[in-house]
Amino acid sequence: MRAHLAWLRATGRDGLVNLVIFGISAFGSARALAQSEHAAANKNKKSTYAVLAEAPQKERGRRNPFEADTQAVAAGGKLFEQHCADCHGRKAGGARKGPSLLREEVQQTTPGSLFWILTNGVVRRGMPVWSKLPEPERWQIVTFLQSLKLQSVHSQPEKPGPQRSQ
Amino acid sequence: MVTRANPEPARRKVAALLFIALTFSLFLCRSSLVLAQESPYIVTYDHYLEEPGSMELEYFSTFGTQRGGNDFDAFWTEFEYGATAWWTTEVYLAGQTTFNDSTIFTGFRWENRFRLLQREHLVNPALYIEYENTNGADKILKEVEGHDVESDYADSNVVLRKEHDHELEMKLLLSSTFRGWNVAVNPIVTKNLLPSEPWEFAYAIGASRPLALKASPNRCNFCRENFIAGVEMYGGLGDTRSAGLHDTSHYLAPVFAWNLPSDWTVRLSSGFGLNDNSHRLLLRWGLSREFSGFGELVGRLFGGRP
Repeated sequence: MRAHLAWLRATGRDGLVNLVIFGISAFGSARALAQSEHAAANKNKKSTYAVLAEAPQKERGRRNPFEADTQAVAAGGKLFEQHCADCHGRKAGGARKGPSLLREEVQQTTPGSLFWILTNGVVRRGMPVWSKLPEPERWQIVTFLQSLKLQSVHSQPEKPGPQRSQ
Repeated sequence: MVTRANPEPARRKVAALLFIALTFSLFLCRSSLVLAQESPYIVTYDHYLEEPGSMELEYFSTFGTQRGGNDFDAFWTEFEYGATAWWTTEVYLAGQTTFNDSTIFTGFRWENRFRLLQREHLVNPALYIEYENTNGADKILKEVEGHDVESDYADSNVVLRKEHDHELEMKLLLSSTFRGWNVAVNPIVTKNLLPSEPWEFAYAIGASRPLALKASPNRCNFCRENFIAGVEMYGGLGDTRSAGLHDTSHYLAPVFAWNLPSDWTVRLSSGFGLNDNSHRLLLRWGLSREFSGFGELVGRLFGGRP
């Protein structure tokens, strides 16, 4: 701690002021760009789900190796909460940054298309690529999303988040 | 006779306290937390960027052995912000303690990473551009460039800090992920902004894999999928005046990351010098936490739309 206080002292007042000004201006520019991208994406909301059709034919036809695997649904739910819920909402119903995944366009698409979107993201609209998650984990998320489809068909309440082990 | 106290030390104390308060408030702020699937690399970069609107706070420390001088502990804080899905911007503040010598601030860096392609490919490129404003006592060894060798770091801090470096560093981040493995290769060029200084070359390569590729159904700290292990290698390749491996240093470092469900990531790395020009040991650790929705939170503070 002493070492770090010495480090901070050594920056001096001017150094800190410069850094703060620099930081605020850099953050402001980044934020302004992000907002303009978000506004542009909102203008084109009608085509939000059109990206699902961009998946190549070969990818659309891929089969989910975890189809109907209840363990995979639970694991996918956990992964969804960790990586996706912040943008798409805890119940996948959509939030300010990401569209609803309960919409017909998503629910009726193939598992392969969902997997392809998850892998490649939609960078121009702000969705990052998720290929850093291993392939089985991405399929587990797809399995979870498909389980939401079954729930919406049967008009049941949405699946809550994954259980926490104590 | 009335004497007036010098206000400078008090102001510095306040500035330091403000900085500490800012850091702690960031850690405690109520923006939502997400599990960051962080790679274990400390020097090498893959092509993955910060999620848009997320802020990641990172603290790293490097303990290095020094022949012909005192061992040191260099440390740095990173503020990494995902501006868009294709642009991540980051500020570093760095300092170091040289044992039996002193602790000093060594400068700051402003790093930007740009994703070049919209979709995933077999090899994915990203561009890295960094401005460095550091002094000669900077020992974080975040990259080893040109003819950097161990003896460059042997002098005392008083001597080393007299040198000021304004550098532009560029990397091409090439990365590929296949069957859970990530392989990343970073060719590096650096230019000191003084016209008389040459362009320096360097490299960093890394490979890593999670210990399990399938997630378990429940949240758990010790599930195998939370751990990623790998190895990285980095070193200098000379400069435009004298390219090649002579008078360069190189390191091989096993790396390890533990992504906790409580949103923290712990990284460990022990780098071993591969030739006589290298520090024998660079022991590194890092702690980071990601805050999703940070951009919106700050935007609201400044009157942005809810």
